[in-house]
Amino acid sequence: MSISLNINGENRSVDVPSDTPLLWVIRDELQLTGTKFGCGVASCGACTVHVDGQPVRSCQTYLEDIEGSEITTIEGVKSKTAEAVFEAWDELNVVQCGYCQSGQVMSAIGLLEESPKPTVEEIEAYMWGNVCRCATYQRIRAAVQLAAEKLEA
Amino acid sequence: MTNEISRRVFLKSTTAVLGSALVVGFDPHDVLASSKSASNLTPFIRIDADGTVTAIIKHFECGQGTATGLATLIAEELNLPLDRVEVEFAPADASKYGNALFGGIQGTGGSTAMANSFMQYRIAGAAAREMLIDAAAEVWGIPHFEITISDGKLNADNRSAPISEFVSNASGRSVPEEPKLKDPSEFRVIGNPGTKRRDNEAKINGTATFAMDIQLDNQIVAVVLRSPRFGGTLASFDDTSAKDITGYIRAEAFPTGAGVIVYAENTWAALQARDALTVEWDFSAAENRSSDQIKKDLLTAVNSDSEFDARGSAVKTGTALEEASQVIEKEFFFPYLAHATMEPLTCTIAPTQTGVILYDGCQMPTGAQAALAAVLQIPAENIEIKTVYAGGTFGRRSTQTADYHVEAALAFALNGGQQPVKLVWSREDDIKGGYYRPAFAHKVRIGIGDNGQITGWDHRIAGKPIFKGGAWDAFMVQNGVDNSSVEGVRDTLYDIPNQYVGLTDDKSPISVNWWRSVGHSHTAFVMETMMDLAAQAANQDPIEYRLNYLSGGTPDQERMSAVLRLAAEKSGWGNAASNGNSLGVALHKSFGTFVAEVVEVSGDADDAISIEKVTCVVDCGVPVNPDVIIAQMESGIGYGIGHIMRNEIAFEDGIVVQSNFPDYEPLRISDIGEIETHIIPSTEAPTGVGEPSTPPSGPALANAIAAKGLRVTHLPLSANGVNFA
Repeated sequence: MSISLNINGENRSVDVPSDTPLLWVIRDELQLTGTKFGCGVASCGACTVHVDGQPVRSCQTYLEDIEGSEITTIEGVKSKTAEAVFEAWDELNVVQCGYCQSGQVMSAIGLLEESPKPTVEEIEAYMWGNVCRCATYQRIRAAVQLAAEKLEA
Repeated sequence: MTNEISRRVFLKSTTAVLGSALVVGFDPHDVLASSKSASNLTPFIRIDADGTVTAIIKHFECGQGTATGLATLIAEELNLPLDRVEVEFAPADASKYGNALFGGIQGTGGSTAMANSFMQYRIAGAAAREMLIDAAAEVWGIPHFEITISDGKLNADNRSAPISEFVSNASGRSVPEEPKLKDPSEFRVIGNPGTKRRDNEAKINGTATFAMDIQLDNQIVAVVLRSPRFGGTLASFDDTSAKDITGYIRAEAFPTGAGVIVYAENTWAALQARDALTVEWDFSAAENRSSDQIKKDLLTAVNSDSEFDARGSAVKTGTALEEASQVIEKEFFFPYLAHATMEPLTCTIAPTQTGVILYDGCQMPTGAQAALAAVLQIPAENIEIKTVYAGGTFGRRSTQTADYHVEAALAFALNGGQQPVKLVWSREDDIKGGYYRPAFAHKVRIGIGDNGQITGWDHRIAGKPIFKGGAWDAFMVQNGVDNSSVEGVRDTLYDIPNQYVGLTDDKSPISVNWWRSVGHSHTAFVMETMMDLAAQAANQDPIEYRLNYLSGGTPDQERMSAVLRLAAEKSGWGNAASNGNSLGVALHKSFGTFVAEVVEVSGDADDAISIEKVTCVVDCGVPVNPDVIIAQMESGIGYGIGHIMRNEIAFEDGIVVQSNFPDYEPLRISDIGEIETHIIPSTEAPTGVGEPSTPPSGPALANAIAAKGLRVTHLPLSANGVNFA
């Protein structure tokens, strides 16, 4: 069936069953491949996108539940916070294999939008669901703090 | 007229861009050459007419920083900032890009990328520099020695011009036989702690292309239903229910009996259709044991006479142990482990005019090419490989059977070979799909003399060999002993008297593979636990005790001792912790690199242990990219500690119990506090950094927990009495 959705500020129409996870609509139908498939059970965060500004796991988000919502993927995320996060990630050489990082970045932006100056405990609690098999966690922690400093400046 | 002139100018400049690039590399006899002097050149560096410098990367990038590292070598010899060197992955061609340390096979593994390429890339870069300077010397009519190169410009007393002006001239010159390499004292890029990774931007903004992201016109998706038990074969299947799934195309049995391929128009449809299949298996030759039995069988093996004597020295430890004043005895068990790369396995095969092209985060191009050639019956030279970023490997993207490449080739062929087919593994496929770090048991008995010294060491190991019977059997197996089962024990740096190492092979059909640090992933744990126990029995400090056994004066022992001493100093070892925290130490040499780690834990072992800090010291020869080295130490420590804390692949009647991250719980951001890494300055040839921090991480943690009163030698820790906060 044809379903319309608002993604990265554009209205797009896709012809898929309504119980298709948002992840596969984004990747296979809309070919926005920055959002990654890691586990399919909302346990790794690689598929994190924003729905109305809130980070969600797109592999467990269904089209029928998000009708009329604004969806933002890594390709479309643009804000002062996003810029600060990108810069901090670059300055601290956070990435290794990189496969989880668009999800990490989307979660970090969500965290800083909600809490501009998070403590280490808050960072760990918020980012807990984003797995990095290269274990770049120490740099993620530091990069979120650096991004917060940039936003404050 | 005007048009005519414009066209001529256009043609000329096009030729300049395409034809006159300066390309330097090596000819088939490993002699330095340029595209002018050799027709069959392996390019390592290309400078285009517009002055763009590109490093052509022969190893794959799975996060370990190889692309950045090799570009660094080129940047150094050309006095160019690292961010002005572009990187490109080399195509598959073992005749050009063979890894000298793999007997000429093109591939990445064993932490060899930098060791293999350090001189090659520098020589190529230095040759390009000399040729550019020669060109400028001719054009300017001044001697070569009056000209310098930096920041993409050639400079003499009163003049300066961009290198682009000399590329064409330089490309026509002969290649210097022995270009002068920069002296290490002049290094500006190599060893610079402030360098940025070259892949940062694309991996931060989501534009980096991984194999999972390949989307070709007319492409279909294939997933495979494999036997739930290793060694099971397909008896029959029924896809009636799958036909209700939108996007399902059809299913085919693998001719090998290994399973069913499900084709669909997209990934979600393929995954759903696979769930809807009804399948019968033949389990008569399958692994039917449960974990308890597997563990019992391995422990029985190490409590019996071993099949092989791994040191071949026929040392009899009996007397040495009998006459000792005390004997310490420990059994160890290491479970099967999955690699669980962040990007599940995937690759895409598409038809070309003459053969096929494989899109893959390809760790071992030569192996993948051979697998596709064999399955598709086309010559290897007609198989192109497009290497894209790999979402981690830890060893999994290279197997001796090229398992997922064979699956993809079968899926492509059984679909008629005319349409691009993308093979996708789910996380469940990955966790249940085998090619694990094999389960191992060890049993060690050490004799301790009156003065606390080791008098004899009886060490028995049992587990499934990784290399035996495989493609590299001839290199890795001698007198029946698979080196990967005993590395790190039989070649220990400690001066241990009367050491016997016995090995018994396990013959389970469960498929096994190298896993970050291979045999060292279990042998380091055993060696470093036993050294701690020996020090305890001798009533000596664990670091002092280890240093005594590293005092034989060999260069390796001296490097290891220096690493250990610095780790002691930086971790505050010996300053009694007033906060009640305890420290554990471990060291290990693997892949030519020396690492020592000290783990600090707080809390109570049976209540809530927290890992507060890991101090790591590494000696990997010349530190090419210090920040990449530090990142790899952090990564290897996290990988090692995460698995040793709580991961295992368990079996129930031969079926893997775990299926996804909720029950193969990965390391999370809150699990480890700080990791502090120190690099030993060195002028030795660089060695690998992707794996060597993994082996000491587990035993250092276990030793720290033991200092809290709980010594655990069966893994994972959390299943054997340790609770983490």
